[in-house]
Amino acid sequence: MNLGEKILAAHSGKTKVSAGEFIDVRVDMVLANDITAPLAIQEFGKLGVNKVFDPSRVVMVPDHFCPNKDILAAEQAKLMREFARKHGILYFEVGRMGIEHVLLPENGMVLPGEVIVGADSHTCTYGAVGAFATGMGSTDIAMAMATGEIWMKVPPAVKFVYRGKLKKWVGGKDLILFTIGQIGVEGAHYSSMEFAGEAVDLLGMDGRFTMANMAIEAGGKAGLFAVDARTIEYVKPRAKRSYRIYKSDKNATYARTFEWDISKLEPQVALPHLPSNVRPVSQVKNVEVDQVVIGSCTNGRLDDLRVAAKLLKGRQVNPRVRCIVIPGSQQVYMQAMREGLLGIFVQAGVAVSTPTCGPCLGGHMGILAAGERCCSTTNRNFVGRMGSTKSEVFLAGPAVAAATAVVGRITSPLEIAR
Amino acid sequence: MKLRGAVHKYGAHINTDVIIPARHLSLSEGADLARHCMEDIDAGFVKRVKQGDIMVAAANFGCGSSREHAPLAIKASGISCIIAESYARIFFRNGINIGLPLLESPEAVHGTKNGDVLEVVLETGEIKNLTSGKTYRAAPYPPFLLDIISAGGLVEYTKRRLEKAK
Repeated sequence: MNLGEKILAAHSGKTKVSAGEFIDVRVDMVLANDITAPLAIQEFGKLGVNKVFDPSRVVMVPDHFCPNKDILAAEQAKLMREFARKHGILYFEVGRMGIEHVLLPENGMVLPGEVIVGADSHTCTYGAVGAFATGMGSTDIAMAMATGEIWMKVPPAVKFVYRGKLKKWVGGKDLILFTIGQIGVEGAHYSSMEFAGEAVDLLGMDGRFTMANMAIEAGGKAGLFAVDARTIEYVKPRAKRSYRIYKSDKNATYARTFEWDISKLEPQVALPHLPSNVRPVSQVKNVEVDQVVIGSCTNGRLDDLRVAAKLLKGRQVNPRVRCIVIPGSQQVYMQAMREGLLGIFVQAGVAVSTPTCGPCLGGHMGILAAGERCCSTTNRNFVGRMGSTKSEVFLAGPAVAAATAVVGRITSPLEIAR
Repeated sequence: MKLRGAVHKYGAHINTDVIIPARHLSLSEGADLARHCMEDIDAGFVKRVKQGDIMVAAANFGCGSSREHAPLAIKASGISCIIAESYARIFFRNGINIGLPLLESPEAVHGTKNGDVLEVVLETGEIKNLTSGKTYRAAPYPPFLLDIISAGGLVEYTKRRLEKAK
């Protein structure tokens, strides 16, 4: 069995599962946010049960439209908060919260070998710690909240092997954009993606979170990394419950295997309006931008801010550009402050925000007008994603985004730094 | 169950951001969401669509976010079912869960034009294009999913399971 099959078998009381099989899976954590929880709470109410299956395994995070962007958002957040209090589930209030997929791993709430379901498509992020994690809708999540179980179809696995070492200024975001560019937005349709090879072995946890996060942008059900010394170093001080490590068998079956030498890979950019519309940054010429966003569940972690700060230190954001940096959680925010990163940003003319999904999905904190362009470290560049249907979003990693903020047009970090 | 309606046809990778833009996600009632359905890709859809109409699309329909608001908006707009070459997996689950029939049939998609009238028999997966006279077949649902569909959606299905467990 491959890693995904191992975890799913262990959570469905079976010794073996294989692709295409329908199974009932026991879940270790169930997640919803301020957009998806209200619908989930409504459907939960229809079941006629009066409690969640285990309050210590249900978590709600107000991150999408919070701090409340308007009255309707405030009502949704209130509904969620009251449900959380009533049922005694895990809940993180504004001022103590973070973007869910940054927050949960750093609090040790998603662990190797676990099955996590969340009413958010980027729940697949937790594959970075070797958890089988996948996004679902509100009704599914309501049922999981009530029963602690969910039905799944065992996905086929696709393996991605990255040979070689990454060049300077090239990171997890570039690897995953490159991958989606190669296989397309449904290239891993319904599959569990397994990432391997020297380049990802050397990648820090933050870069792995970025890669697993965007599995959904290739149509994937999960994006998995094998647990190694880096994972253990990350998880051990955070875990509050025991966990089990699973490994793919040597003879595990994969529907497909892709293998690339990435030692010459340049930073990558996804042009409007699909995450698969990817080019090396050197081929993206004369694209002036109005806004740069550095943050989100994809790239709002400490390593991302460190890269951006390296490029923004002692430089100024181009006068025609609005640059917005959004640390992904209060912990990231605090550590960025301790390391002096926030000072570097503010000195450079950056707007630094409290954690929120905000502009990524066109919620608030940086909406685009018609004709405006944004270079963003977020995950989707669909029509109207960040505001006007006549605006454009270019996806990139934090290095390209920071260099772009300085120059005012999409560029390689090599244009301003060595 | 027999469904009959005029076709609203779309291309590939119709994503949840254009089905229901995030700026409307502080709404959760189907009727409220339906007023904005497809507005970022087809501003005239809401005015054109009639009760029972059928949405037809190419591959990877519903890709993007997990928002159940997307199938809810489509269902409440009057669309009786969707026929696509393929679906993004979260959208597929959401559609089945809320009782919006989703059929997979690349041939039917290729053989259908905007405005054609289709007749769909859900039990057999038979799709008849009344405008062209041609007939197509959709992939059958696996038995497991049929149980959810025949229960009327995931809430009823789970209710029954919870009662059985008692």
